[in-house]
Amino acid sequence: MFNSIGEVVLLFWRTLCAWPHAWRQRQKVYDQFFEIGNASLLMACILSLFIGGVLALQSGPVLAERGLANLIGGIVGLSMCKELAPVMMGILIAGRIGSAMAAEIGSMCVYQEVDALRTMNINPVHYLVLPRLVAIAIALPLLVVFSIMTGWFGGAIVSASNAHIGVSLSAFFSTLKTFVDLQDIGNGLFKSFCFALVIGTVSCHQGLQTIGGPRGIGRSVTKAVVNSIVLILILDYFLTRWLLIFD
Amino acid sequence: MHSSPSHPPSGLALRVRGLRKSFLGVEVLKGLDFEVRPGEIFVIMGPSGSGKTVLLKHLIGLTRPDQGEVLVNDRPVDSPEVMEKFRMAMVFQSGALLNSLTVGENVGLYLAEHRLKTPAEIALIVADKLEVVGLKGSEEKMPSELSGGMKKRAAIARALVIEPQLILYDEPTSELDPLSSVVIAEEIFALNQRIGVTSIVVSHDRDLAFGVADRIAFINQGRILAIGTPAEVRAHPDPLLQEFLNASFKPDQAKE
Ligand SMILES: Nc1ncnc2c1ncn2[C@@H]1O[C@H](COP(=O)(O)OP(=O)(O)OP(=O)(O)O)[C@@H](O)[C@H]1O
Ligand SMILES: [Mg+2]
Repeated sequence: MFNSIGEVVLLFWRTLCAWPHAWRQRQKVYDQFFEIGNASLLMACILSLFIGGVLALQSGPVLAERGLANLIGGIVGLSMCKELAPVMMGILIAGRIGSAMAAEIGSMCVYQEVDALRTMNINPVHYLVLPRLVAIAIALPLLVVFSIMTGWFGGAIVSASNAHIGVSLSAFFSTLKTFVDLQDIGNGLFKSFCFALVIGTVSCHQGLQTIGGPRGIGRSVTKAVVNSIVLILILDYFLTRWLLIFD
Repeated sequence: MHSSPSHPPSGLALRVRGLRKSFLGVEVLKGLDFEVRPGEIFVIMGPSGSGKTVLLKHLIGLTRPDQGEVLVNDRPVDSPEVMEKFRMAMVFQSGALLNSLTVGENVGLYLAEHRLKTPAEIALIVADKLEVVGLKGSEEKMPSELSGGMKKRAAIARALVIEPQLILYDEPTSELDPLSSVVIAEEIFALNQRIGVTSIVVSHDRDLAFGVADRIAFINQGRILAIGTPAEVRAHPDPLLQEFLNASFKPDQAKE
């Protein structure tokens, strides 16, 4: 995986250089964008609701025993927006969309569609990679906003309904408000933006590398997902360290 | 950007020198030298697996050779100005239509992506070219709804739209019935006459080859066995070549 990082960076650079063509490809960006939304919105919603809920369920009683139950809003609020939503959504999208990107481009490679584009002097980076990267870079942060909201909501419901915690909705959200400021949400969104670029570039790169028939497509898909997730988790650590400087 | 289609295209000259290519240690092309003159129809024949498709991919710059070079009008085919200046097209053996687009979008892709025409003009051209290849009215179909032969014809329409100066056909008639084959052969010939496009046709189809070719090259195991006019190739003494040209199924012998 690490020997291809140079190629991935190169592909990313080429895609950045193709940026002026993004407007021309807007139809494809819309299509990809809606595909991402369609494929992952419901799953993101369910996932975040339960993550927020379980977070409250785990930490609530421990806090309540020590008389700190009112802190629960802050804990759920901060962990959702700074860490859990971006990473969970990143992993979800790597599995759901990264795999689809690698499979689609991979099959285009195997069935010579990419070659056909090249003979028509259509740059595959402009035609295939750019719209996908733009779409995912917009969609993933939006999905994270959505995930943060549902996660908070899930935490609030559990806190209010669980007898061992017993924090009302309004109390939950008022502590949340004192703990979470806009910069925390900004941090999460920035992280997810970086993750989106990683997923998009790694998956498209794997797709374009595909050789050797349907088996090759399978290999590319697996590699795209695994490499994206590993890179997300590594990048998350370093981004967190870096963002702490600004706190 | 490419020159506009109204610009009078002229066929490109192609020169191949010492072309060698190996895959995984197996040498597929073992040193090819030949020239294709501007505006001629050059047919490449040879047994299955002899490296014809690999050669075509080198000719249009999709694959880099290990050794040797391909020159288009005296410029290396992989230099950026060749792709920008000249119009080239390839009809792939499998058609290679984009499966996510309709047939009409596939055929009009070149014009649409390079912004050479308005959508209305593109629609007219697409309808016209589809009619030429006998697929009138199938703009809205998806490639998956087409048969192998129809895909190939759609791919030919897609190449015709480009109005290329060099066109490569990889087995254009291999999946077609005899009647469609004749139509395609006629169209290859007509396109060549109409816009003087240099045409390189890979084919096993002896009728097509000897019907349209100005010159024929016979390739076996990555080497050129014979090259020349159809008459010269037919008269060539090599036994394998003669066997290939005269092969026919004889039920009496098969039974014995
Ligand atoms: N990408 C590749 N990797 C490895 N081997 C390849 C590759 N492409 C082609 N080959 C090998 O090169 C040889 C020639 O293949 P090619 O497709 O050019 O044959 P062909 O002459 O077009 O045959 P056909 O008439 O059946 O289409 C074959 O033995 C094939 O296995
Ligand atoms: Mg072939």
